[in-house]
Amino acid sequence: MALLDVEELKVEFPTRRGVLRAIDGVSFGIEPGEVLGVVGESGAGKSLTGAAIIGLLEPPGRIAGGRVLLDGKRIDNLPPARMREIRGRQIGAIFQDPLTTLDPVYPVGRQLTETMQTHLKLSDADARRRAVAWLERVGIPAGAQRVNAYPHEFSGGMRQRVVIALALCAEPRLVIADEPTTALDVSIQAQIIELLKSLTRDHGTSVMLVTHDMGVIAETADRVAVMYAGRIAEIGPVRAVVKQPAHPYTEGLMGSIPWIERKVERLRQIDGAMPRLNAIPPGCAFNPRCPHVFDRCRVERPDLLDAGATRAACWLHDA
Amino acid sequence: MRGAARALARFADSDFVYSFSRSPIAILSLLVVAVCILAAALAPLIAPHDPFNLASLNLMDSFRPPLLAADGEWTYPLGTDDQGRDVLSGIMFGMRISLLVGVASIVFASVVGVAIGLVAGYAGGTVDAVLMRVADIQLTFPAILIALLVDGVVRAALPKDMHEALGIYVIILAIGIARWPQFARTVRGSTLVERNRDYVMAARVIGLSRARIMATHILPNVLGPVLVIATLTLGLAILDEATLSFLGVGLPVTQPSLGTLIRIGNDFLFSGEWWVTIFPGVALVLMVLSINLLGDWLRDALNPRLR
Repeated sequence: MALLDVEELKVEFPTRRGVLRAIDGVSFGIEPGEVLGVVGESGAGKSLTGAAIIGLLEPPGRIAGGRVLLDGKRIDNLPPARMREIRGRQIGAIFQDPLTTLDPVYPVGRQLTETMQTHLKLSDADARRRAVAWLERVGIPAGAQRVNAYPHEFSGGMRQRVVIALALCAEPRLVIADEPTTALDVSIQAQIIELLKSLTRDHGTSVMLVTHDMGVIAETADRVAVMYAGRIAEIGPVRAVVKQPAHPYTEGLMGSIPWIERKVERLRQIDGAMPRLNAIPPGCAFNPRCPHVFDRCRVERPDLLDAGATRAACWLHDA
Repeated sequence: MRGAARALARFADSDFVYSFSRSPIAILSLLVVAVCILAAALAPLIAPHDPFNLASLNLMDSFRPPLLAADGEWTYPLGTDDQGRDVLSGIMFGMRISLLVGVASIVFASVVGVAIGLVAGYAGGTVDAVLMRVADIQLTFPAILIALLVDGVVRAALPKDMHEALGIYVIILAIGIARWPQFARTVRGSTLVERNRDYVMAARVIGLSRARIMATHILPNVLGPVLVIATLTLGLAILDEATLSFLGVGLPVTQPSLGTLIRIGNDFLFSGEWWVTIFPGVALVLMVLSINLLGDWLRDALNPRLR
């Protein structure tokens, strides 16, 4: 059974000009120990999906439909107090900017012990010992001394290491990593991804890795979901999606990535831009930009259909 | 022990101490404030006379001139009042009351104001709107008016024989209530900024409750400005108390503060015994000025943008 099941999730924002549907019927599952990459342009609904799963949508955003199941139990309608027990303990999170994720007034060790003691019954001494162990596990040397250091005494990469320790220290079963490397130097990015990968593999933690960096996904994920305008355009094993994309949008996305072994004059680009939420075209949301568009795409909205090794929301694959 | 020593060494080496050591005004102000606090705290031990001991008073000693005058003597360096009480001793005991009332009312005002500001800023919406409108309305009146009002209402509610015993608490309450909005507004502003920081989101992600997040994560991050306002408002609170006592609605005459001394001495200003009112006045000005200068310096020292 899947660890996390998201079924037909819909997220809405009521506004002055009517209700905007930012996520419109997204379904996917994450198996224990699996890394699911979620890619897409800005505004496709990647981060929002993550926030909806941990129940931290900022008002006025709200879940308007669908279900989120953890271990087969619904978690999208739990009262706040029950949800707090799940956050941190069952589901951890890593954010984009490590510079602000740590509270500047406390030593990093205190933030680790606070997280652990919120969810695990640990004495102060035990929690401290574990905090030191976690610092060393995420590659911070001399953890016993650094545990008393304040966030401003760490570099950006070091801080993101601490944030990873923070997300993993209560041993959650799922980590939602929302663009964990975007704010870091390119040279540090690979290290952080490698660290996240090895730690989650060791602990059997599932990861939902939200990013717009296909390189990171290709290296890290087992499966990948490509999002477009609040829907999943294509989902499948990472190799298949990268090598034989079945959705024209994925194809365009892959075409816009430079490959070291392929010599091209110009990188391809997808013409046009993602539609605004209040002007999503009828039928397939991608139809105005799609090179293979035909009549059906403009009227009928495709669901995910089997397309070779992956599943794609595209009428080209309607057998 | 070693931890404390290390913390102390760290403090001595901080930018804060460095900036202090480079500011003659701050050093001088702290010196004056320290002298005031010492004189007030140790008044029963070091005051040359006991102004409350009626047996030691001698009407023959009334209106002795201070040393500044030609015929002053060392027994009464700042002269005596109409009852033969030593003005210097009166000032020391008066400062005791003034500082006590000032500090207690600021503690009260800051606790109330910080709590309201935190809740308003973190909860937002209707709660925020209601609390802040209350603060806004109160800020349209001068603080002294609010304090007078609270003082009057509470006194009317209390039985007459308790006025003397509870007078000091009533005035602390009155000044505290008059001064909380400044704290609430500042803390609300900082809270609005801090609540959107990722570390608050991170605290929510690890499953901490709202109360816990407010108390352990937001509060320490908004305390800097509170310290500055508390210092600056302390001067105002001491003046509030002096004003109330000068008007005769403050503390009972059995607990004379600087304001009371100034009021009593005021009657003799034109009959030539100027020292009875001038010296308590000078003491009050020096003390409040030093506290305000210290507050100004603190504001600059804690403001990263002015560094």
